[in-house]
Amino acid sequence: MSLEQQQETASFGMWLFLLTEIMFFGGMFTAYLIYRNWYYPAFVAGSHTLDITLGTFNTLLLIVSSFTMAMGVWCAETRRQKGLVWSLIATIILGLGFLGIKTIEYKEKFELHHVPGASFDAMSFVNVPLDKDGKPKDKALAPDMATHTEIYFSLYFAMTGMHAVHMIIGIGILFVLLYKAAKGAYSTGHITTIENFGLYWHFVDIVWIFLFPLLYLISRH
Amino acid sequence: MAETHETQAAEAGHEEHEHHIVGPKVYALILLVLLVGTALTVGASYIDMGPWNPVVAIAIACTKATFVVLFFMHIKYSSKLMQLTVGAGVFTFLILVGMSLSDYISRAWGLW
Repeated sequence: MSLEQQQETASFGMWLFLLTEIMFFGGMFTAYLIYRNWYYPAFVAGSHTLDITLGTFNTLLLIVSSFTMAMGVWCAETRRQKGLVWSLIATIILGLGFLGIKTIEYKEKFELHHVPGASFDAMSFVNVPLDKDGKPKDKALAPDMATHTEIYFSLYFAMTGMHAVHMIIGIGILFVLLYKAAKGAYSTGHITTIENFGLYWHFVDIVWIFLFPLLYLISRH
Repeated sequence: MAETHETQAAEAGHEEHEHHIVGPKVYALILLVLLVGTALTVGASYIDMGPWNPVVAIAIACTKATFVVLFFMHIKYSSKLMQLTVGAGVFTFLILVGMSLSDYISRAWGLW
């Protein structure tokens, strides 16, 4: 077994794990696609309650964090300890920034009673609140269609929630990697750990790349 | 190209991979592609393309994901075994989603 073979085996195993993760999110994506086609007006109305500015900003944070993580992998490969430490710190900050913004968005959903469950209230989709000019903010839904917005929000919380869980786990691991990197563990040629974590982090980024247009950008025109 | 980084291990008689290091320039370029892609997908959502809106959105997302897989996740520079494994995984994923959807489409559609 050469070192090359060992490294390839490690990332091969990581890829197999990530493929199971793709299947896992795939189930939710399939449910989303079916319900979106069935209750399209409810999905449009639900999507319009999301803040597109916050969503876009979060997308930018996550993409840049993928870049900083990729740079971290490069630093480990070229044995730049300082560069690796700073890359990991940047990735942690960007990841925490993403979760912070997600928290603000979730809080608003609780305030508007858009969280599925006992306190869910679809009336704001029937009697749509007025904007400053006294016009309704969005098209009103019939009461039966309005109740289906709960399905949209169930999928919204399931998908963004599972994504956020992956982010939280990732940031937890990042702190461990940072601690070890600061002690020089990954700047002596051992790159498998950093590289495999990089694969995980990029995978989480890819999930968001699909979640963002599917949840935030339905019929915005 | 992946081929240029392959060297034949003469004594073993099989393909051996040298670890390919992707540099900051490539990563920066991919970052730029992803940022442009994000701008495009937000912009496209404000244009009324009828049934094509979700198609365009998913096409842009797939393009972005492909760039991430190929460059950030080094699949472009990986061995054929890795490339085939990832390809097979994505293919299986599409089969699973596609077959499930075809089942829904082909029975009692709209009679919920």
